[in-house]
Amino acid sequence: MTDIQFKVAKTVREAASLMAAAKGKGRILAGGTDLLVQMKAGMVTPGTIIDVKKIAEMVSITETKGSYRIGAATPAAVIGEHKKLRKAWPGVVEAINLIGSTQVQGRASAGGNLCNASPAADSVPALVAAGAIVTIQGAKTRRQVPVEKFNSGPGKTTLKAGEIVVSLTLPARPKTSGDAYLRLIPRTEMDIAVVGVGVSLTMKGDTCVSARVGLGAVAPTVLLVEAAAKALTGSKLDAKALDAAANACSAACRPIDDKRGTIRYRTKIAGVLLRRATAIAADRAKGISRPAHSQQGH
Amino acid sequence: MSNPKYKWIGTRPDRPDGADKVTGRARFAADFNLAGQLIGKVLRSPHAHARIKSIDTSKALALPGVKAVVTAKDFPEQADLTVPAGEMQVNLRDVTRNIMAREKVLYEGHAVAAVAATTEAIAKQALSLIKVDYQILPHVIDVAEAMKPGAPVLHETLMTEGAKPPATKPSNIAKRIEFAKGDTKAGFAKAEVIIERSFTTQAVHQGYIEPHAALASASEDGQVQIWSTTQGHFQVRGFCARLLNMETSQIRVTPSEIGGGFGGKTVVYLEPLAVRLSQKSGKPVKMTMSREDVFRASGPAPGGNVHVKIGAMKDGRIVAGECTVEMQAGAFPGSPVGPACMCSFACYDIDNVFIVGFDVVSNRPKVAAYRAPGAPISSFAVESTIDMLCQQLNMDPIDLRLKNAATKGTKTAYGVTFGVIGMVETLQAAKDSPHYKTPVKPGFARGVAAGFWFNVGADSSAAAHVGEDGTVTVISGNPDIGGSRASLALMAAEELGIDYDKIRPVIADTASIGFNFVTGGSRVTFATGLAVVNSVRDLIRDLKSRAAKTWGVDPDGVIWENGMAKPAGSNVGTFEPLSIAQLAATAGKTGGPINGHAQLNVTGAGPGFGVHVCDLAVDADTGIVTIGRYTAAQDVGTAIHPSYVEGQLQGGAVQGIGWALNEEYIYNAQGRLANAGFLDYRIPVASDLPMIETVLVEVPNPTHPYGVRGVGEVPIIPPLATVGNAVARATGLRMLDLPLSPPKLSAALDAARPLMAAE
Repeated sequence: MTDIQFKVAKTVREAASLMAAAKGKGRILAGGTDLLVQMKAGMVTPGTIIDVKKIAEMVSITETKGSYRIGAATPAAVIGEHKKLRKAWPGVVEAINLIGSTQVQGRASAGGNLCNASPAADSVPALVAAGAIVTIQGAKTRRQVPVEKFNSGPGKTTLKAGEIVVSLTLPARPKTSGDAYLRLIPRTEMDIAVVGVGVSLTMKGDTCVSARVGLGAVAPTVLLVEAAAKALTGSKLDAKALDAAANACSAACRPIDDKRGTIRYRTKIAGVLLRRATAIAADRAKGISRPAHSQQGH
Repeated sequence: MSNPKYKWIGTRPDRPDGADKVTGRARFAADFNLAGQLIGKVLRSPHAHARIKSIDTSKALALPGVKAVVTAKDFPEQADLTVPAGEMQVNLRDVTRNIMAREKVLYEGHAVAAVAATTEAIAKQALSLIKVDYQILPHVIDVAEAMKPGAPVLHETLMTEGAKPPATKPSNIAKRIEFAKGDTKAGFAKAEVIIERSFTTQAVHQGYIEPHAALASASEDGQVQIWSTTQGHFQVRGFCARLLNMETSQIRVTPSEIGGGFGGKTVVYLEPLAVRLSQKSGKPVKMTMSREDVFRASGPAPGGNVHVKIGAMKDGRIVAGECTVEMQAGAFPGSPVGPACMCSFACYDIDNVFIVGFDVVSNRPKVAAYRAPGAPISSFAVESTIDMLCQQLNMDPIDLRLKNAATKGTKTAYGVTFGVIGMVETLQAAKDSPHYKTPVKPGFARGVAAGFWFNVGADSSAAAHVGEDGTVTVISGNPDIGGSRASLALMAAEELGIDYDKIRPVIADTASIGFNFVTGGSRVTFATGLAVVNSVRDLIRDLKSRAAKTWGVDPDGVIWENGMAKPAGSNVGTFEPLSIAQLAATAGKTGGPINGHAQLNVTGAGPGFGVHVCDLAVDADTGIVTIGRYTAAQDVGTAIHPSYVEGQLQGGAVQGIGWALNEEYIYNAQGRLANAGFLDYRIPVASDLPMIETVLVEVPNPTHPYGVRGVGEVPIIPPLATVGNAVARATGLRMLDLPLSPPKLSAALDAARPLMAAE
């Protein structure tokens, strides 16, 4: 039996150097809701576990001129209770609040959800739609990368040896903007997305002036669907634009047939959820309060 | 609600085991530990079907910390002998092969070897050092495929029992059974409407939250103690004695609190292995299954293919019914195809019925009992077909069923003539329910279906001991899976005329009370309840004789009333009544300890009927079903503790809804289970469902002193068709194959859309 080292980092730099020292056997412990499950299942055997929960920058939310920086290890429940963030980015917050169950929310984090690199991660399509930027700390330097470029495949990230994710930054945007995230699961809780769609829109009157669409669980990584965004941008979100955007989402799908859903079903649902998420995001952009009553938005 | 006839029966006191369960003090099987115990682990087959050419355990045994290894060689061969296990029958020759593969592995997850080591990590490492040389064989998962000529044969000696003409070569069809009443040919000739369809259902797991676990300690003198989670510790003792060639008196089994069983804990998996490992190592051995083990190697309930043909007159009177059931047995013969056949048409009084059943083996884990074994499968097919009849004749689904309902004197296809039953009363209660009287909300549709289960009696023992302060311990031997301790205590309180909280119900180990058949078949409140009532009556007889002695009168001159001994009349003399506490205080002078006991084989179980109503909506784009309202009405005999009766109805309904909507075993091309966990084997979660409303219909069972009928099985039967019938009415689409999962329902709706538009 090999012993597992447990280290508590006080600063981001310390965490990064511990990570580098672990020589590829280091694992970051934020909420641990993926790590501990994987360890119990024998899927991972870390050499060093680096606890980052004591690093203020990684467990806090700050606002600068309308832009929000969310520490990568901030518990989802804390994010859900942040009133201003919830008002500014309701779609991102509702997506983060779908990670795991109510109990898991007390520990699970958006950074962890991103680094776990599941194509079905709930928070990621909403973050992609939001245009979130990931801040990464290496042993010596910091860098930033758009969230849609962060993962490279199921369970794989583009982090280099010794790098850790510090925070996620949501850009400032006009007041007439809104976002939404919808996922399809066969149940109402305790499940993994068969398809997840995040939509972020900025409206000018009835016209959509900019849009971003994130699509999850239908390809090896969460996709930024630019063709869908293009179909929505400049339109009044009429039937023709929605048809084109829904078709673009379906066309972007490269899903697999598995126990959670068929290729045919996933492809269809990508379009269905695009329409529904767009309607919610548009209402929010117009200041109409739209709680997503159910996850499928019906 | 309380029953006006009784003081205690029909009330809802806290359960005796409640405080320990809500505070976490209650001990489940994995909570038992002994000093010096080893951890046992099982090596399981990665193949669906393979011949075991050799097993080399030498490297595992040589690993420091490993204290024992067992394989099939450590268990004696068993005779071809069938014995009852819960509501099912098992063959000992097969049981020993199921707990530890012998010549072949027959399903992925089949146990091949087991080790005991000082730590779990060492035990796991030891498993990786066992070398099994497999010759992989072609496998078959699907029942229809397994029945075809040329299918891979699991058992080279298996000849179809009851085949017409007699079987001449081995196949996967273990048995053909047949039930007939009247003349279906004539019935169908007379019928004005005939509907015929084929249905399929998938294998489902009982889904108990507590995985199987056992702790065994074998002493040097040959005695063995076992602590395990089971619905029948006497069966654990019996199976271990047989499988290990021991005397039953050498084995003492203590049941833990049980985290759900639903029929799945009426058989043994770990216990014989833990005992043998303990005997070989000289140390106590603890074994627990992971959730994945539970899915791959325990349970499940079978899936089945059912063909139904129903003929009726235009007024809704059913004149003929035929049903063919092909049922998965798993790797060894013994599916519940018998009860599936018998229950299929049992709700109805039909003159002409013909039913055929096939018991079919395939490369799946051996099926175990699950609430009303078999019945939900045939009932889904029959009740769906009856719903189509209702639609075709434009009749209310409850009215059509009332027109055909079985009543006292109805002769069933399997030969029994019903006594006092409550099918009509239950249909009427469903019709009168607040739910059925409320119009269906826009966007929703309503489904109705019925179900029947026999309920069982069988062997029970009980004792009632009076403490020196006059409080009473009621001792029985059935693990409490549904609030039975509370129900037994309520009946004892009613009988004795003392308060519920003066009675402590206890579940004794196999050495501390006489034999009890398993907790299953909905028998405990009925049969063990009767044993408790009789033990209390025996106790009252003793109490009266003590009073008689005290007063110097004849025992016949004493009556027992409201917890007191009283003179039977003025001719006996004038004496102050004596309470149980007073009699206990003077027991030493009147003959010593005051105890009662009873043991009997209980017959006369009252059958139960259920009628369920469901309102649901179907999201036409996603295929997702949302249940808006659900009501379960059932003939429950007498509700001893109504909360736990309601709990049975609600739990059964939820499990049936899961069976209908999402639960299924998914196999890959290699015959390996792809969804061996609660993430992708989807039982309903609380947020999926509304509160299940219940209607308790009380038609007392005349053979029980308090009118008890079993209530635990019936409620899982109607939901499959209730949900399916509502989906059919919501979408105009009759789904013949369960589960109605979103991808499947969505694809069916897409396929039907152009057809429907054309109509």
